[in-house]
Amino acid sequence: MSSDSNPVAALVWTFGLMSLFAVGGANSAIPEMHRAAVDVHHWLTDKQFADVFAISQLSPGPNVLIVTLIGYSVAGVAGALAATVAMCGPTALLAYYVSRFLDRSRDARWPAIIQAALVPLSIGLMAASGLIVAQTSDQSWIAVLITIVAAALAFATRINPLWVLLAGGLLGFAGVV
Amino acid sequence: MPPESPPVAAPAPDASAPSPPHQPGLLELFLAFAKMSLAGFGGVLVWARRSIVEQHRWMTAEEFNETFALCHFLPGPNIVNLSVVFGSRFRGVAGGLAAFAGLVGPPMVIATVLAALYARYGDIDVLRRTLAGVACAAVGLLFAVVFKMMMPLLKRRDVTGLVILAAVFVAIGLIRWPLQIVLLVAIPLSLAVTILTRRMVKA
Repeated sequence: MSSDSNPVAALVWTFGLMSLFAVGGANSAIPEMHRAAVDVHHWLTDKQFADVFAISQLSPGPNVLIVTLIGYSVAGVAGALAATVAMCGPTALLAYYVSRFLDRSRDARWPAIIQAALVPLSIGLMAASGLIVAQTSDQSWIAVLITIVAAALAFATRINPLWVLLAGGLLGFAGVV
Repeated sequence: MPPESPPVAAPAPDASAPSPPHQPGLLELFLAFAKMSLAGFGGVLVWARRSIVEQHRWMTAEEFNETFALCHFLPGPNIVNLSVVFGSRFRGVAGGLAAFAGLVGPPMVIATVLAALYARYGDIDVLRRTLAGVACAAVGLLFAVVFKMMMPLLKRRDVTGLVILAAVFVAIGLIRWPLQIVLLVAIPLSLAVTILTRRMVKA
């Protein structure tokens, strides 16, 4: 693949394909994004990937916009647009046709079975996402501790996640991490 | 954009709300999805439900849950799928595009501005440190969603589900095999196990 000659085409191909395999949503696709962006294409370093993940979690909108950030760092505004449309387009088309098909034949059994089968997969993928970002972001004991406290808070309370993110940012700003 | 709340724990349907009295227009669709997307720091799903079911009453709670279940079993970003399916149900292809553009457009502009700022100032030490702190917390939030989604499996003592979960985690997270290859093996396997166990429960 001579993808380096045309970075926008490489973005469209990478994320267009990934879109159809992103079982369980954008957060499940993070390991594959990491593999493509850091290991295969060398678009980002490990550290940049962790930063991009942090920025995407800080900004409003669907989680999938992490591909906008990756796209921008590869090819500017055109890259941002291309990556986003490529990641959303194919699966949106699929959703459109499947929903029209299901509206006509109301057999609600299959979606339930497929969903039940996919749940363990998407949890495993999200856990892998966490591990991959943590390997870069959690380089010190304090950093690991922040992650654990953030996880415990979000698991056990109904605190707005934005506050947890801002608290992490403040600790980083203060030089604790 | 913190992780979406686990779809397995979908909220119970409200007491039957009246059928949608009013069909949204294209601009209305665009604005409604733009609003919920920009409010969606805590995951867009919560806001989508609030806007569609409670505020605008475009769908009943049951209709919303059904539509979301469909969008969740399909690949890709769930909420993006939802916007297209929802918009096209009212206004055809144009409606799907309007809802999609509302959901993705405005936050994409924000993300692009942030990306430009990062490209320019990403090397400044204070910013690097701050982002490192945010990343630590963000990973924690992701793990919290993982644990929340695992709870039903643990409660049901769903051993096969947990084994599949662990196998996917090892293959993708530790060995770093490509997603496509892992899924091409794992999806048929998980489907077969699910269908078999359902038959055994019935018998």
